[in-house]
Amino acid sequence: MTTTTEAPGAELGKARLRKEDARLITGQTNWTDNIKLPGMLHMAFLRSPFAHARITRVDVSGALSQPGVIAAFSGADFAGEQGSLPCAWPVTADIVIPAHPPMAVDEVRYVGEAIAVVVARDRYAAADALASIDVDYEPLPPVLDIRTALDDGAPKVHEAGNKSYEWVFASGDVDAAFRDAPVVVERTYRQQRLIPCAMEPRAVVAQWLDDQVTLWSATQIPHVLRFALSAFFGIPEQNVRVVAPDVGGGFGSKLQVTAEEVLAVLVGRRVGKAVKWTESRSEGNMTVHHGRDQWQRIRIAADRDGRIRGLDVDLLADMGAYLMLVTPGVPLLGAFMFPAIYKMDAYSFKCTGIFTTKMPTDAYRGAGRPEATFAIERIMDELAAEIGIEPLELRERNWIKHEEFPFTTIAGLTYDSGNYEAATAMAKELFDYDGLRREQQERNDRGDPVRLGIGISTFTEMCGLAPSRVLGSLSYGAGGWESASIRMLPTGKVEVVTGSSAHGQGHETAWSQIVADQLGVPFEDIRVLHGDTLVSPRGMDTYGSRSLAVGGLALVGACDKVVAKAKVIAAAMLEASPDDLEFSAGRFSVRGDPEASKTIQEVALATFAAHALPEGVEPSLDSDATYDPDNFSFPHGTHLCATEVDTETGFVKIRSYVAVDDVGVVVNPMIVEGQVHGGIAQGIAQALYEEGVYDDDGNLLTTTLADYLVPSAADLPSYVTGRNETQASNRLGVKGVGEAGTIASTPAVVNAIIDALRPLGVNDITMPCTPERVWRAVQSANGGAA
Amino acid sequence: MIPAKFEYVRPSSLDEAVSALAEGGDDAKVIAGGQSLMPLLRLRLAYPDLLVDLGGLEDLRGVTDIGGDLLIGARTTHYQLVHDPLIAEHCGLLAQAAGTVADPAVRHRGTLGGSLAHADPAGDLPAVVLALNGTMIVSGPAGQREIEAADFFVDYLTTALGPGEILTGIRVPKLGNDWGYRYEKFHRTAQAWAIVGVAALARRSNGQVAEARVGLTNMGPVPIRAAAVEAAAAGADANAAALTAAAAAAAEGTNPPADLHGAPDYRSHLARVLTGRALAAAAGV
Repeated sequence: MTTTTEAPGAELGKARLRKEDARLITGQTNWTDNIKLPGMLHMAFLRSPFAHARITRVDVSGALSQPGVIAAFSGADFAGEQGSLPCAWPVTADIVIPAHPPMAVDEVRYVGEAIAVVVARDRYAAADALASIDVDYEPLPPVLDIRTALDDGAPKVHEAGNKSYEWVFASGDVDAAFRDAPVVVERTYRQQRLIPCAMEPRAVVAQWLDDQVTLWSATQIPHVLRFALSAFFGIPEQNVRVVAPDVGGGFGSKLQVTAEEVLAVLVGRRVGKAVKWTESRSEGNMTVHHGRDQWQRIRIAADRDGRIRGLDVDLLADMGAYLMLVTPGVPLLGAFMFPAIYKMDAYSFKCTGIFTTKMPTDAYRGAGRPEATFAIERIMDELAAEIGIEPLELRERNWIKHEEFPFTTIAGLTYDSGNYEAATAMAKELFDYDGLRREQQERNDRGDPVRLGIGISTFTEMCGLAPSRVLGSLSYGAGGWESASIRMLPTGKVEVVTGSSAHGQGHETAWSQIVADQLGVPFEDIRVLHGDTLVSPRGMDTYGSRSLAVGGLALVGACDKVVAKAKVIAAAMLEASPDDLEFSAGRFSVRGDPEASKTIQEVALATFAAHALPEGVEPSLDSDATYDPDNFSFPHGTHLCATEVDTETGFVKIRSYVAVDDVGVVVNPMIVEGQVHGGIAQGIAQALYEEGVYDDDGNLLTTTLADYLVPSAADLPSYVTGRNETQASNRLGVKGVGEAGTIASTPAVVNAIIDALRPLGVNDITMPCTPERVWRAVQSANGGAA
Repeated sequence: MIPAKFEYVRPSSLDEAVSALAEGGDDAKVIAGGQSLMPLLRLRLAYPDLLVDLGGLEDLRGVTDIGGDLLIGARTTHYQLVHDPLIAEHCGLLAQAAGTVADPAVRHRGTLGGSLAHADPAGDLPAVVLALNGTMIVSGPAGQREIEAADFFVDYLTTALGPGEILTGIRVPKLGNDWGYRYEKFHRTAQAWAIVGVAALARRSNGQVAEARVGLTNMGPVPIRAAAVEAAAAGADANAAALTAAAAAAAEGTNPPADLHGAPDYRSHLARVLTGRALAAAAGV
């Protein structure tokens, strides 16, 4: 390994309580919905009750006469300026990207699509007046199943048809790998549609003063949003300020340029007042972009001893009705992860992006990688069963050995670090793997109606999105760098400005820890600023487990520059040569004469006074840096799950869950632990509980949390976590942890359920594995005997 | 929450509440804990013109020993049911079932009377009160009357309460020490509604089940008693095999709904399995 890392400092690895939590938890902060501006008006949207219909008439005049209503507009009223919501990832040259007006003008293509907006003095008046808008629809046939949407004669979502794109990748000789392969296993897996449920709903406030607009939004991406408002909606960039105040979760759902954000800006300009909109939970379930929704056909070819020869993946991906910010790219983020931690001779991948009359899909925690990890980890278990070897043994025969790093996979990624042997050994130990296997056998032997299953997920992921050149090669519309600024205040305190945009991750704490070590200033003396394009003008924001692995490194670069500037000034103060100074724990000292030293705070004050600066040196230590990674980072881990499956009712209980993760160097173990816990919960949710369901007419049935079941602490086990550490090849050695648990846990849970029921003849259950589905799987494996 | 507009009154006596409700007519609704009504207001599935809040009627809270029965005020919360010593001693089934309702926040605000008067077939307490042979005490413009639980639940979200009538209390017979009980609730998450629930009571005598009562949650538009199971269990040996056999009749006469969480045949199957388990637990098997 050729990694270089900083010497461990006082702060790195310390479980600091989070600076931001008091104001977040008590609700004292300025959530977007708490913002009140003088004269502010409220918007409410009339939304399509049809999955697919032609709009022949919209008459908003009835709403105008309702009490408290100031204005009401249809899509046609904004036809000249509302443009089309952007898609930043045209994955192929011939991709079909349909126009996506923020308010529909002549056709609606999913239930919940905005048709008209009412602007009123309060939220209640705005909501009441929606009933007074008349719309005439001519219903058109819905398109709901991507498996049949490309059939001849299928109804069309868009004039151009239902296919958006086909993207292919191949490496090695796949035909040769499958030809004469002793073992070939093929499965088709369903990645159900998920609905992100951030604790804070989306909310926006827009205010114009002269020709300048400020948009407050519960967004993950203030910088991207500012660029989009300027580039796609014609507002000069210098006149746009976007503020993401404290934001209560996103999980990718707020990585978007939404209709409501654009319309807040346009409507606010039209009415000449500040306007605000906050979604209800039901409105959110319908119109927050959804996640997943793929059919995955996966084939694996192997030798009799389990050595993998090749892998072939054919994906159908539901785009929904339109392509939003990164909709078509999500499956591509998974394309490179199907081979996972395994060595093989050949790999081919094809993805077809298909339109339906449903809410568009887009990034949701893990974005493409959970889907890929699920499919490969599930089929590894099937291959193990087919060959008749232990599923962990099969994995070990195929995974990249620790001494083989750095290793370039069949998908072309170079994994810089990892130790699958160590993570797995630790997980087995914490789990009591052998003991649980014995109990499983005993239960099977006595025909216990409650079966025990063990699920394995030896996952990896690519994160730290992303090297700009790689994004360019994948046709993404932007780069993957991140920026940071350090401002040394005269009193020696520090302001840190970051271009990543926290929405619950704890940046203010972790960034303070990093800077405290780099500059040798106390943790308490550092304030982290983020999420306002006026304060942090440059940034690529927060998603894809990138904040630490990219933004954290930008921070280090900026600190380097501060120290370099300060060293010159300190040298002048000490009447020494800069080359003779060393910097340690916040103090510049003359080599060999430790008594002769100046603290960085003393240097900051002297810089501010500027009375005796060396010739040509500016009176400022402030520094900016931008970091563009030259590789992704590759966290990995071994997750083991034990489930008890009641074959009489189909109920699945997670009895124990062990997660050993390698996320590289850990800045704050408490924050890492929180990310792992929350991530596992979200993956378990996909395995057991959550599904966005549309009926045969295209109506969303899961509009409330009574039907869309988000698990709570009461439903989840106590996790046992462990960490193995191999250092990433960046200066901090960090990999990122935001998505790891979600990516790992879904296959661990489903593998455990199947492992419990395989002796009964069950080898697949569609997610979410509801009690009814589990029970029916047992019933049909029993030949229908009740 | 952005409900449609409504008027709101908070009377300080039962008489005032009854007259406010009567004056409001069909467009008036009673609100107590609000845990069923407020979601409907939020979704604009209900838009009453008038809400009559019982929050000022302190007399309607709490549990009283009135001899052979307990009298439970309609505004007694789920949380109080879980922790009340009289309930624990004489009517533990009610405490056990109340402890499964939704989540702690709901249990602190939601009330027994509200749950019964709302009559959601997926609610836990209607089937429990039915199995307990409870009696509803009702006040209305014509004075006070009593309605047996068996006559109270008329249809989906519909009770025998007349116009202007308010459920003020519930009388439940005390159970002797020879009774066992069990509420088996089957749901996908802790906060979710019951897919099926079974409230079982069994009086055990000389190794046999002398008497059994079974109420079913969410097996039709109203909570129902599993009469065939009760008949089969009476006199059965108190062992798993006999009670499982008795439970085989649990779905008889039911009309279970179909929704995202279960098809009717699955619910019928669950009713049989859960009834067997609930009876076994109630009988101490």
